[in-house]
Amino acid sequence: MIEVRGLRKSFDGVEAVRGVDFAVEAGEIVGFLGQNGAGKTTTMRMLTTLLRPTSGTAVVAGHDLLTDPRGVRRRIGYVAQGNSTNPLNPVGDELELQAMLHGMRAAEARQRVAEVLDRLDLTGLAGRVGGALSGGQRRRFDIAFGLLHRPPLLFLDEPTTGLDPQSRADLWRHIRALRDEQGMTVFLTTHYLEEADALCDRLLIIDAGRIVAEGTPEELKRRVAGDDPDAPVPTLDDVFLTLTDKERV
Amino acid sequence: MSGMRDTYLIFRHNMRIQLRHKSAVLFGAAQPALFLVLFGPLFTSVGTWEILVPGLIVQLALFSAGLAGFGIVFDVRFGVLDRLRVTPAGRTPLLLGRVLGNVAVLLVQTVLLLALGYAFGLRAPLPGVLLGLALIVPLGVSLASLSYAVALTIDQETFAPMVSTVIVPLTLLSGAFLPMSMAPPWLDAVSRLTPFRYVVEALREMFTGHYATPAVAAGAAVTAALTALCLALAARVFARATA
Ligand SMILES: Nc1ncnc2c1ncn2[C@@H]1O[C@H](COP(=O)(O)OP(=O)(O)OP(=O)(O)O)[C@@H](O)[C@H]1O
Ligand SMILES: [Mg+2]
Repeated sequence: MIEVRGLRKSFDGVEAVRGVDFAVEAGEIVGFLGQNGAGKTTTMRMLTTLLRPTSGTAVVAGHDLLTDPRGVRRRIGYVAQGNSTNPLNPVGDELELQAMLHGMRAAEARQRVAEVLDRLDLTGLAGRVGGALSGGQRRRFDIAFGLLHRPPLLFLDEPTTGLDPQSRADLWRHIRALRDEQGMTVFLTTHYLEEADALCDRLLIIDAGRIVAEGTPEELKRRVAGDDPDAPVPTLDDVFLTLTDKERV
Repeated sequence: MSGMRDTYLIFRHNMRIQLRHKSAVLFGAAQPALFLVLFGPLFTSVGTWEILVPGLIVQLALFSAGLAGFGIVFDVRFGVLDRLRVTPAGRTPLLLGRVLGNVAVLLVQTVLLLALGYAFGLRAPLPGVLLGLALIVPLGVSLASLSYAVALTIDQETFAPMVSTVIVPLTLLSGAFLPMSMAPPWLDAVSRLTPFRYVVEALREMFTGHYATPAVAAGAAVTAALTALCLALAARVFARATA
């Protein structure tokens, strides 16, 4: 579903992503972990056609990123790390526009918006302007934009930041259901390692613009534990701190 | 064609947003309207309304469509533009739909200004007014496109002060307030380098019922060239916008 080859991005001098290669299979939920500034968002923005790679390329959802960006856009959903609504506009209008830009007719779009809002527990809020929503409600609206057109591949950049524990658990359940029912592939970043552990089939760890480890949560824990049978079972936090090689208090 | 549909969708969406803020539409036309009310009666003691109102229309276009870029600064900041850019919609429809929304608002404002002008004594013939409005459409397209191109290129804090400063000399050099034929030669020469002078002169001819004249042809040609240039520039900027 995603095949990345030598993807690289530098912003006048800053090497944000230093040549990454990885693959994501159809139907996988893959977590993309790394510290602040590691290059997660930059990688995602390249894979979603928003940012032109300095070099390297990728095949995303069956289409080449550089030669067929439109083909990519047709088949992906993307929820950015920041917000995606104007605080002065009713969110429902924006959602309908988004659905129609994905090819839906007006009636279909309206129905689909209602459906997605229902799934995300936002029913009744569509008439509000973005500025009149709580942080968590706004975040769930951001997520709705990525789901409208039932994309086969969904990119989520820190989707659960700002959500309360209940909403977070609901979203996990929803993401798993999308995968199980529609075979959706999900590529997400998160700083909540228990979330990565619970939700993801496989993890990619990026550090300073390079992929430093990949595997299932279990594999990564085993690797960090080493051969010592008496060592305590490491948590994903231990894995993360070891692999990203930073001394922390 | 999906390009036309996308353009229409974006146009309609942006129209709705702008018309929801009716006071902004009115305030956008306030400056030329104030000139009309507070300067017009003075001006018409030496000139005519058919000379003044075309200048005020160009001033309005500069203030209204010229500041279109404001909207996109916010849409970039709020992630709206990125959200639209991950849909299959073409980059040009995303631009053109917005631009046409700005032009529609400009037309509404122009009609309001014309109505006010008529109340004060403007007596332009209807065909001339309609031709004038037809010229305002490409003028608005060029100004709004240019405004977007600038807004997406320079840094956000600079945009507002820069554009509102640039608009003043452009308005003055267009001869909006007094015909440039009254200017000293050097000022007249500088004014000939700016496109808006030709638009003002074409509108003045139209408003006095002269249609097949060199000034009308020049105004139309300059506007067409300006529109093509600004649209091409903005489309380029839009296609690679917002790293
Ligand atoms: N437009 C830009 N111009 C210059 N440098 C940038 C730009 N965008 C990102 N960077 C730099 O690139 C590096 C990677 O940033 P990126 O946003 O990809 O990190 P991230 O892994 O998503 O971090 P976080 O967890 O904080 O979201 C950082 O050092 C950042 O400062
Ligand atoms: Mg990030």
